[in-house]
Formats: sequence, structure tokens, C-alpha cells
Amino acid sequence: MRTTGVLWAAGLGMLLAVGVASVVSAAAATPKRGGTLTYTIPADAPASFDGHRETSFATVHSIAPFYSVLIRINPDNPSSTTDFVCDLCTEMPKPTDDGRTWAFKIRPDVKWHDGSLLTADDVATSWRYVVNPPEGISSARESFYLMVDRIEVPDRQTVTFRLKFASNAFLPALADPFAVIYKKAILEKDPRWYEKNIMGSGPFRFTSYEVGQSIKGVRNPDYYRKGQPYLDGFIALYAPKQAVRVDAIRADRAAVEFRGLPPSARDQLVKELGDKVTVQSSDWNCGSVVTVNHRRKPFDDVRVRRALTLAVDRWRGAPSLAKIANVRTVGGIVFPGSPMAATREELEKLPGYWPDIDKSRAEAKRLLREAGAEGLSFEMLNRNVDQPYKFVGTWLIDEWSKVGLRVTQRVVPTGPWFEAMRSGNFEVVLQANCHGVVNPLTDVGNYLPHTVYTENYGQFEDQQEIDLYDEMVRETDVARQRGLMRRYETYVLDTAAHTMHALWWHRIVPQRSYVKGWKISPSHYINQDLANVWLDK
Amino acid sequence: MSPSDTTLPISAIDDDAPETRRSILERSLLFCRRQPLGTFGLALCIVMLIAGLGAEWLAPYSPTANDFSAMTEPPSWAHLLGTDQFGRDLLSRIIYGARTALIVGFSCAIVGGFVGLVLGVGSAYFGGRIDAWLQRVFDVLMAFPLIIMALAVVAIFGTGVQNVIVAITVPLVPRCARVVRSSALSIREVPYVDAARACGFGHVRIIMRHMVPNVMAPFLILITAFVGQAILAEASLSYLGLGVQEPVAAWGLMLQGGAEEYASTAPWIAVFPGLAIALTVFGISLYGDALRDVLDPKMRDR
Amino acid sequence: MYRYIINRLVLVIPTLVGAAALVFALMRLIPGDICVVRLASGGGTFNAHAVAVCHAEVGLDQSVPVQFVNFVIGLFRFDFGPSMWSGKPVSEEILARLPISLEVALLATVIAVLIAIPLGTISALKQNSWTDVVVRTVAIAGIATPSFWLGILVILAILDITQAISGTPWMPPIDYVSLWDDPIRNLSIVICPAVTVGYRYSAVTMRMTRSAMLEVLREDYIRTARAKGLIEKLVVNRHALKNALLPVVTLIGIEFAFLIGGLVVTEQVFNLNGIGRLFVLAVQNQDYTLTQALVMLTVVVFVLCNLIVDVLYAWLDPRIRYA
Repeated sequence: MRTTGVLWAAGLGMLLAVGVASVVSAAAATPKRGGTLTYTIPADAPASFDGHRETSFATVHSIAPFYSVLIRINPDNPSSTTDFVCDLCTEMPKPTDDGRTWAFKIRPDVKWHDGSLLTADDVATSWRYVVNPPEGISSARESFYLMVDRIEVPDRQTVTFRLKFASNAFLPALADPFAVIYKKAILEKDPRWYEKNIMGSGPFRFTSYEVGQSIKGVRNPDYYRKGQPYLDGFIALYAPKQAVRVDAIRADRAAVEFRGLPPSARDQLVKELGDKVTVQSSDWNCGSVVTVNHRRKPFDDVRVRRALTLAVDRWRGAPSLAKIANVRTVGGIVFPGSPMAATREELEKLPGYWPDIDKSRAEAKRLLREAGAEGLSFEMLNRNVDQPYKFVGTWLIDEWSKVGLRVTQRVVPTGPWFEAMRSGNFEVVLQANCHGVVNPLTDVGNYLPHTVYTENYGQFEDQQEIDLYDEMVRETDVARQRGLMRRYETYVLDTAAHTMHALWWHRIVPQRSYVKGWKISPSHYINQDLANVWLDK
Repeated sequence: MSPSDTTLPISAIDDDAPETRRSILERSLLFCRRQPLGTFGLALCIVMLIAGLGAEWLAPYSPTANDFSAMTEPPSWAHLLGTDQFGRDLLSRIIYGARTALIVGFSCAIVGGFVGLVLGVGSAYFGGRIDAWLQRVFDVLMAFPLIIMALAVVAIFGTGVQNVIVAITVPLVPRCARVVRSSALSIREVPYVDAARACGFGHVRIIMRHMVPNVMAPFLILITAFVGQAILAEASLSYLGLGVQEPVAAWGLMLQGGAEEYASTAPWIAVFPGLAIALTVFGISLYGDALRDVLDPKMRDR
Repeated sequence: MYRYIINRLVLVIPTLVGAAALVFALMRLIPGDICVVRLASGGGTFNAHAVAVCHAEVGLDQSVPVQFVNFVIGLFRFDFGPSMWSGKPVSEEILARLPISLEVALLATVIAVLIAIPLGTISALKQNSWTDVVVRTVAIAGIATPSFWLGILVILAILDITQAISGTPWMPPIDYVSLWDDPIRNLSIVICPAVTVGYRYSAVTMRMTRSAMLEVLREDYIRTARAKGLIEKLVVNRHALKNALLPVVTLIGIEFAFLIGGLVVTEQVFNLNGIGRLFVLAVQNQDYTLTQALVMLTVVVFVLCNLIVDVLYAWLDPRIRYA
């Protein structure tokens, strides 16, 4: 099973040493059965329960325990980025046909919560809806699966993916936690049934949902992984206010919140609860990124864009901000810790990463003067989310003020924030570049012009950048590919300065110490089915 | 309004000026003796006014500069009220926050009050159709709770100081117009107003000379209350993340996000801005009460 | 009396229609396309077709006048269509959240009345005494304190105090249980927000009670009653309080309608899943249908409260109904 992982790693050279600071050593103890886990979800309510349609963690944290997926990152080793294991399949297949055909054998012993048997047809149909949804049905991640040609069911227990071209991005995309498996009969009768209803084959059965309040599940006695789940059930409480979630852990109204709390909450809980609380933390596959609207003057001038990044003292800011916000690591466009990421020496050559900040700021002022943009005033669009958006925003504005830039903020809720970016109605926006499974080659695709990557809102065209990216992606030699990544990175952050990378996020999950078995990963989307979680009470 | 309209009330005040000036000291002393609570309130207001107007000279630090060597420090001699999570001096932010509060409070109260005054007096003076229509419009506007109306306006225009002012001013207008109208109604049928009309004086002149001075007492009381209401509304909007935005120093904003996050580990971050709001509105309300006692003839007689 | 009530009812209609028109217009002024906002909220990709499907679903493909007519018709049938955000019927979304908000509002009213009327009366009877000054100061402080700030401090105090006493911190449950299922748990959820909101409410009511009492106490009939030698207690209870309560009742009615506004902020602090939180969410998501419905709900509550107060007034004071 792990062989594919090795294969994959050999192809890309990406056995990542993820910076997991502390992981509970719970694996050694024997899991106890029983108990109900209460956790909070930092959201008001998911827009819908349909994982295929939604992109928010609020949906995943609500529904993952009810569903199965085809493959996933190993739940006992979630910080790995290459350790893919089967959920519904029996073993990880070896690709044939030069990596273009993948045949998955489906477990014969999987029952839906309604008692009927799960078949390869169900899996194939679900995937067809994800990869190539019928007219009028939305799938949020169609673009992940451009390499997929068709999905076949040669026999009752097999699902075969036929690809247009071999791609290293296929397996990580297949492990996407949103691609939950639905029942074919239901999907075909009403493709939107799953938006408001839940019926899966996962470790827990749905019992109740109160909008904006809670979602509850109980153990699925017919779960195919014998012995699991350990919990009798779970209660997830929606709590958009951070203070409420921290207080809830403090007063044991909830045991954990899986997305991640800021350092202050960690310090407070550790101080007040001592060993009753355990903290797991990890670098987060999310970065705070500043996107500049190239259509707005004077941001069409590369000198101005470069000045923006030169003004920010990341090396000094990072350790201090790490005390108050969910950010920690200075990095370029590649997830830090990945072999593809720039080393400190390489970073220090990029603007904004120079070791001498005074020199850097002097250069920023010079560039602004040259571009006729001295004392420029502009507005930064930001998202109405404290951690880490508003914290990073406050920091950036102060850094920019040190080269004479006067920046105000327009902070708006999530929906309007996306809408403003899409319509180009902003000068500068603070964004997050968040991904699930760590996959630098596709993750850095965000920086490509929107003709290639539709979610880039910088409003620019740049063939040279696309060529650089293409060359890098097609390269098979690891060392050369890394070199090309540096060239691409330098181009994005310096030569064209299309975007500036502020800081990488840092995920901190304090949990009541009696919660065992759950392990942190670099993404808050993955590893949420709770089958291996148990309570030591 | 044409320039000539606006000059009228000013000249009217100028006429009375010598007499007012003479008695102002006496009146103030009398006010202080009769209204100790009101005087205390006024003192609080004056402290806030001074803080807001002289922020540049009074604040020991910049209100926006981050200082990573002094994050979340408790009150000390260097930082009298401590620092917030970005190392910003809380005292300086509160002093600059007084300016934001002043701008929001006074802009809303004055603009809202003035528009309300014009509509209220106009409605009462002209009566008939205009009055009936305006009444219905006020009915509709009054049916929206202030914060709900403000949230809707913010949703349209966006956040930030100017938009917050608009959002809070809109619901204040009908409230003022209502009160002013009912006071003005009682004066409309008074013989000297009829006489003035008979003399062929213009509407503007009659309104300015006779009606406006007569509604001044309830109007001033109302405006005072509006300042307090506006400051509280701004704080609520900012707390919801839909008001003033960083890095502007504003009290409501200081209570949002960081304050709750640090409420138990660094309570000064949450306590002092809240106290600033509470004390200011407290002062304004005390002063407003005293003002009502003094200006309201019904109360003065007794 | 009936004629008065009918006249009063007729006056309600233009207010409601006007409010509906205003809300409808305000919602259409919000920049941006709700469907784009909805589809983009997670950052996924979508095409023009998906936007068109969404428009058809939420009825935005119809002309604005048709939308308005549908909205008004829906108002009378308590059918506001589906929420643009969640797709669930708006009435369902609201009904799920209404009980907790109503409960907090009612409890806050009870708390306010219980505190305000006795204290306001005492304050008026002992005008300018120390009691009066203290009561008035407490009342003004109640008006001056932002309720969310008070809420933050209340939660913090509960956690710290329980930790100091028992060693383990305690806080009210954060998931709602209905009063009928578990009254104690329910009350422990509702009491803190009710006190927080009720404090401000009682402050306003207390001031009104005091000034109404003061006014009544100066009326001739009270002097007469006193002159007759009636004992003070009887004078206060029989004559003064009864008459002073009229404006107080008005205020309680109007303030009750505005409580919903106060709940918008307080529910955030206490993580109550009520209509106040729903309103903020609806505004943030630019969910027209839900926002419209919620605003109309507050307007209807306000208008009804006013109506009841007016009718009550007319019933108590014959001068009004024959005027």
C-alpha cells in the first residue's frame, strides 16, 4: 500500500518533513470504547451538507464522520503528505498504462446507513458527479480533475479511473476530503438531496441537526472497520465566537475545536488547565498572501509592487506575531519544510526577505519616489475573520506606514470579500492561500494569471510566468525541478512581483487531554472522520 | 438651503448676545450648584473633549505603531494603561479613540438632529398633506430598531468611519423630527405666529424667528442624548466587525477580537476601552438629565 | 372603542407596506450579486450557468416589481420563500431560532419590571435623597454600559468565580435546550443574557417610572388625597402608581420591540443561536430573503406593541378614544 507513496515521492522528491512541534503519544495506549465527544465548529452553520458543492471546512467538520471516501491520507499519520491509504478500496493500486489507468477494488463489506450494500457503482457515480457534474449541478473542484478522462465500473467490485495523461497531482486530488461517497440511487433521483440530508456509510450515523446550533451522530454498529469507531457518538456545536470556544474548552463544555486556535488561547488554556489540556501544533498549508490589483494605478508599476514587499520586515515580525496570531514561519511560495521550499539563504535574496531591513526600506522608498508614488494612500481589502486575517492586516499596515504608505482597511464578511475580489473591486487584498493535501507543484499554481488559474484575482496577463511554470511542472529530475521552482518563485515575488507572500500560518489545536487518537495535520480539511478518536475518561 | 437662510439664526443669536454673555457665568455657577451630578457629567464630557481635540499633544505614543518589544504588557509607568497584543499603548489608543467617538457622536447627533429639526418644524408649520405624509414616513422609519437599520445601511455602503456615521444618522432623523414636531405644533396656532403670517413675513423668517427658538429646549436635550446613543451604536457596530476598521483607534473596535481573546489573560485590554465608552456615555447622560431639568420649563417651575 | 381600534388598525397598514417597500429597496441597493457571493464563498470555481441556476432558484430572474409583489404576498402568508444562503424556507430558519430570543426577551422584561418599578417609585418618593442619587446613577450607568462589554465581563466573572470556589471553571451550556425538555439547563443558558439585556432595559424603565411618578405626585388629586389624610402607602399604591404606570407601560411595550435590536449584539457574546445572530449572519451573507423577513418581523412586533399600547391607553384613558 505504501509503495505508491514511495513511487510518488520518487517522482517528485517530496517526502516532507512537516514541522509537527508536538504530537500526543497516544498511539501506544489501547483505545477505550465509549463516551461522546463534544467539539466546536468555528462557524455559524455550513451553507449545505453537500461536500461536492461546498468548499468550507464548516461542511467537512460537520459531515466527515458520516461518510466514507475512496482514499485518504493515513489517519494515523496525517502529517505525512504522501501516505495515502484506502478507505473504501481494499488496497492502493499500482497504476498501469504508463500511469494512466488506476483500478480500485472496493470493499465488499460496506453497508450504507440504510442497510443496503455499497457497490462500485455508488463510488463511480459519486466520482462522476465530482469530476464532471451534470448540467445544473455544481462541483467545487472540477478543476482538480482535468486529467481524468472517464470513470468505469468493469465489475461489481472495481472502479477504474482512466486518465488523459499521467499526473502526479492525481493521487493527492483523489484523497480530497470533500469527495465523499454518496448512494447512486439517491443521487440519480435527486442530485441535490445531499445538500440538506445526510446518508452515508461512515463510522457514525446521523441523528440530529439543529441549524446554527449542533449536529449529532451515534456509532455506526455496522462500520466496516471492526472495532471502530471507539466513540458512542459525537456532538458538534457551532460557535462562531472564538472567546466562546475557548471558554467552552476551559469549562469542559467542549473537548476540542479542530480548526485551530491562536497562541493566546493555547497559553491561557495551558496556564489554567495544566495537564488537563494537550496541545498539538503544525505548520499549516495556508499562507497569508497579498494580491495587488494590476489594473489599478499605480499598482501596474512593478516598482510600486516591489516596494510593498520590501517594506515588510518578515524576519522580525514573524516571531512576534507568532505569539498573538496563527502565523509563524517566514517562507516563499512553497510550503516550508517541503524539499521544494527555499532555504533561508535563498529567501534572503528575495525582496522583503533581506536581512537588513533598513536597506530594504530605503530601497522601497527609492522605488516609490521613482515611480512617483511617494506617500501613496490606498485601501486594503480584508476578510472579517480575526485569525489570522485581521491580525496580519494590522501588522502589514503598520509595516507599510514605515515607508510612508498610508493604508486604510475595508473589512468585509467572507461572501462579499470573495465577490469584491472576483469583480476586481479592490486595490490590494489580503488573501489566504489554503490547500488540503500538501502538493507544492499544484499549490503554487495560485500565482498564475487568471486565464490559467481562475482564482487569481491580480488581474494580469503574463505568458512568461506561464512558460516558467510549465517548464517546472514537466521537469522530472528532482534537483532540476527544484531549481526551476526557484526561478518561478523569484519571478513571482521579485521580477514581476505579482504577489507578495506575508507569512505561513501555524495551526494550534488545544484539546482536553482525555481526547486521544486524533492527530494534527497541515490541513484543517483532512482527517475528520473521527473513527480512530477515543476518550480516556 | 440658500445662504440667506442660514445667516438668519446666526444674526438672531447675535442680537441677544450681550445679555446671554452677561448671564452665562452666573448661569453656569447656578447650574453647578443645583446640579452636582450634571456638573460631574459635564466634567467627564469635557475631559473627553480635551482628549479628543488634543490627542496629538496628550497621547504619549502613536496610537497605531506596533511595538513587538512590549506586547500585552500590564499597566506600568511606561504604559499607564498597559499595551495591547500589538504592543500599542492603550492610553494613547483611548485618547485617539476619544477623537473617533467625538467625530462619530457629534456628526451623527448634529446632522441627524439638524435634518430632524428641519423636517419636524417644517412638518408642524406647513401641516396638511406634507405633515400627513411625513408622519407616515417617520412611522415607517421609527419601526426599525436603530442597530438593525444601521446594519442594513452598513451592508449597503460598507464599513469605515464615514459610513458608520451615515448608518447611525439615518435612524436618528425621524426620532428627532417626531419630538421637534410635537413641540412645534403647540406653537403653530399661537396668535403671534398668525400675526407674523398676516404681516406677510416669509415662511423661513417665521420658522426661524418664532418656531425654532421654541423647540430649542427639547431639541438640545435630544441632541445630547443622541451623542451618547451614537457612541454606543458605533461601539456595537465595531464589535460586530461592521464598524470602524483597524488601524483607526476606536473604542468599540478595541473591544472587538483582541479584547475578548485576552479578557482573562490581559484584562486591561478589555476593561479600559469599555470603561471609556461607559464613562463618556454616563457623563453625557448625566449632563443631559441636568440640562433637561434646567431647560424644561415644566421642571424648572418646580 | 371599536371605532378607535379599527381606526388604529387602518393606520398600521401604510406603516407595514412602507416598511416592506423600504426593506425591499435597501436590500436591492446592497452592491454585489447574492448568487456570486453564495457561490464564491468557499473560493470554488463556477460558471455563468451556475449563477443563472441560482438566480432562478432564489427568484432573481424575475423583474423587480414582480419580486416585490411576491414578497408582499408572502408576508401575509408567512411564506418568505427559501433562504438565499441555505435554501431552507425562511420561515423554518426563523422559527428554529425564535424561541430562545423570545425567552431571553421575556425574561429580560420580567427582570426589568421587577427591578425598575419599585426602585423608580422609591426614587421618586425620596426625590433628591441619597437613595434617589444612587438609583439614578445606577440607572444611567445601565444606559451607558455597552451590553456586549457587560456580557464579556459577566462570562469572565462566572468562569473565574466558579474556578475560585470549586476549582473547576463552570460556564452556561452553549447548546440550547427547550424549557420543556430541561428547565434548569434552559434557565442556566438564558439567565445571563437576560440579565445583561435586562439591566439596560430596567435602567430605561426605572427612569421613566421615576419621572412619571414625580409628575403624578404633583397633581392636584394626590394633594387632595394627602390632604384628606390618607396614609401615604395608600396614596402611592392606589392613586399615584396606578396613574404613573401608564407611560411606563408604553415604554415597556416599545422597548420590548427594540429588545430584538439589543439581542443582535448580546446573542453574539453568549453564543445564543437566536434571531439576533441570524440577522447578523443574514446581513453578512447578503441573504435578501432572510434579511427582509427578519426586518419585517421586528417591524411587525414593533407595530403590534405600539398598537397594543395605544389600545390599552385608550381603554385606560377615555379622553384619548373620544378625541
